[in-house]
Amino acid sequence: MEKAPAAPHPEYDLLRPIEDPGKSFYYIVAVLLVIILYTGYVYIRQLYYGLGVTGMAQPVTWGFYIINFVFFIGISHAGTLISAILRLSKAEWRRPITRMAEVITAIVLAIGGLHPIIDLGRPDRMSHLFFNGRLQSPLLWDITSITAYFTASTIYLYIPMIPDIAILRDRGVRPRWLYEFLSWGWQGTEQQHKVLDRAMNILMVVVIPIAISVHTIISYIFAMTVQPGWHSTIFGPYFVVGAIFSGIAAILVLMIVFRKVFHLERYLKLIHFNYLSVLLLIMSLLWFYFTFSEYLTGFYGHEPNEMRVFWYKFSGDFAPYFWTMVACNFLLPLILLSNRRTRTIPGILVASISVIIGMWLERLIIVVPSLANPRLPYPTGIYIPSHTEWVLFLGGVSVFILGYMLFARFFPVISIWEIQEGRQESAKAVTERITSYMPDPQPPLAKG
Amino acid sequence: MKWGMVIDLQKCTGCGECVAACKLENNVAIVEPKESEMGRTMLWMDMLTMYEGEYPRLRVRQFPRPCMHCDHPPCTKVCPVRATYKNEEGIVAQIYPQCIGCRYCMAACPYTVKSFNWYKPEWAPGIRETTNPDVSVRPAGVVEKCTFCVHRLQKAKEQAKSEGRTLREDDFQTACAESCPAGAIVFGDLDNTGHRVSSLSHSPRATRLLEDLGTEPKVIYLKEVD
Repeated sequence: MEKAPAAPHPEYDLLRPIEDPGKSFYYIVAVLLVIILYTGYVYIRQLYYGLGVTGMAQPVTWGFYIINFVFFIGISHAGTLISAILRLSKAEWRRPITRMAEVITAIVLAIGGLHPIIDLGRPDRMSHLFFNGRLQSPLLWDITSITAYFTASTIYLYIPMIPDIAILRDRGVRPRWLYEFLSWGWQGTEQQHKVLDRAMNILMVVVIPIAISVHTIISYIFAMTVQPGWHSTIFGPYFVVGAIFSGIAAILVLMIVFRKVFHLERYLKLIHFNYLSVLLLIMSLLWFYFTFSEYLTGFYGHEPNEMRVFWYKFSGDFAPYFWTMVACNFLLPLILLSNRRTRTIPGILVASISVIIGMWLERLIIVVPSLANPRLPYPTGIYIPSHTEWVLFLGGVSVFILGYMLFARFFPVISIWEIQEGRQESAKAVTERITSYMPDPQPPLAKG
Repeated sequence: MKWGMVIDLQKCTGCGECVAACKLENNVAIVEPKESEMGRTMLWMDMLTMYEGEYPRLRVRQFPRPCMHCDHPPCTKVCPVRATYKNEEGIVAQIYPQCIGCRYCMAACPYTVKSFNWYKPEWAPGIRETTNPDVSVRPAGVVEKCTFCVHRLQKAKEQAKSEGRTLREDDFQTACAESCPAGAIVFGDLDNTGHRVSSLSHSPRATRLLEDLGTEPKVIYLKEVD
């Protein structure tokens, strides 16, 4: 087959990373692969020797793996949930953002979902979960909801990609078989568009409750024990809010990176950053509200065991982490994002990175102090993560970056057809919609 | 039948004999000193120390702590694979070949009684030969715990059956109860008025650990009389 003529596509900026990836792409991939290979080695060593190679001990039996599990799954709420909400609410500015967000979900969810397996003492007995699974255990609900979310969000990522894959197929981009296969015979007929629209609408509505259930259930893993600091009714919504919060921060960081690297200033405009960062600010305030309620009620209840955990966080061994979390999740974003002069791209980048760090610390502060303060007197040591745990964390982040880079290498990270649709039809559709919101004109007074 | 234990703190001297006896009886792994410093000492029966008051009116209390074998165990509720469960005689048991090592039961237990095998257990050459053949050695990566010496109960039951009679109180005691030099630990059937635990459990000194959690422990402590 001869190569299709390279006619300048109207959205050529979006196709360039795929048609001409450049050399630096391969260098970064090589570095990431080295890190990932080393991570693989470290994990195999853990399989061989047992969990003793980690820093976990009694009573702090859950450490980095569970913290990162909750953290990664939280980040995964960036995508599908936010994109579904923006699509559902017909926010026109969503168009360049949705796909980037959905990719985060699919990749991070896969990484996060693997963490409980890394944490198992006997991963070789995983199949017991299917053959001897107990429906009463929150861990089983967790597996169910994460699997459902992963399935729904990958389909939700793939379906709107079909027209774009067809563009790549028609332009003869290699590997041709890949685009040929994935474009699923898309010709862009009216019927096909109708089916696509309907599929997207159904998924959009389905994905939101699933996404909320995922983080609610993760919080239930903790909240359904009687441990001080965990046994809380607020945990479900608190975790969901935290997840969306860290998710928005992750999208913002990625958007800023992609804008810089691929010169997407034409697509990712200041207004997008402005809207999303205001959303981040709102989530920051919500996060503070939840955190405040959580600790204030605990403090007033003054249950002795609860108070031990409380003071451990506020002024004990964990105070540096606790107050850094408050600064990262609340003070810094509030200062940077509430002021128009600092709500610039660098300001937003700093605020987003600070939120990501802060939300990781929040997971640390939820998991460790409760375990470190058992009710009965118990010789406790402080939890210090080992080299293995750090490497596996770094490996997780590397897999994410690699996954995202590979995606961007083969598929457009900004939905081309949705941009085109926006250019061609939205202005008219939006005008019509706004007209439909307007109060009906007064009926002419009946002549008497 | 409802197996339970009474620990008389008035009699207990805190000597630690029960801790050692339990460790030997149940082949509980001995960990390296470095591991122990990290907080990975494995004890099914532990001797806990509680400090009351402030210096100089400090009072140190010690009490042995086996698994409480709760009637409403928080650990069995959360286990995803039915590896820990309460059997019909009230003993909270752990199926080692089924445990996937998620350690959720450890996180859920308010009494911190469960131990995890961080490494494959190893014994020094001399000690290897003295391990108890009646108790399986747990592999790396699983959670283990006090079983009320259920292997002894099994033996006693079979013995009684072969002699064609019912189980008597003195047919079997746990290793900790048997070894206690002060006779502070008594084991038996809480439902059977013929057993000493049953009458002792109704003593006015009887109390249970963290009673307000509603876990209904079957280990009953008899308070010290000051």
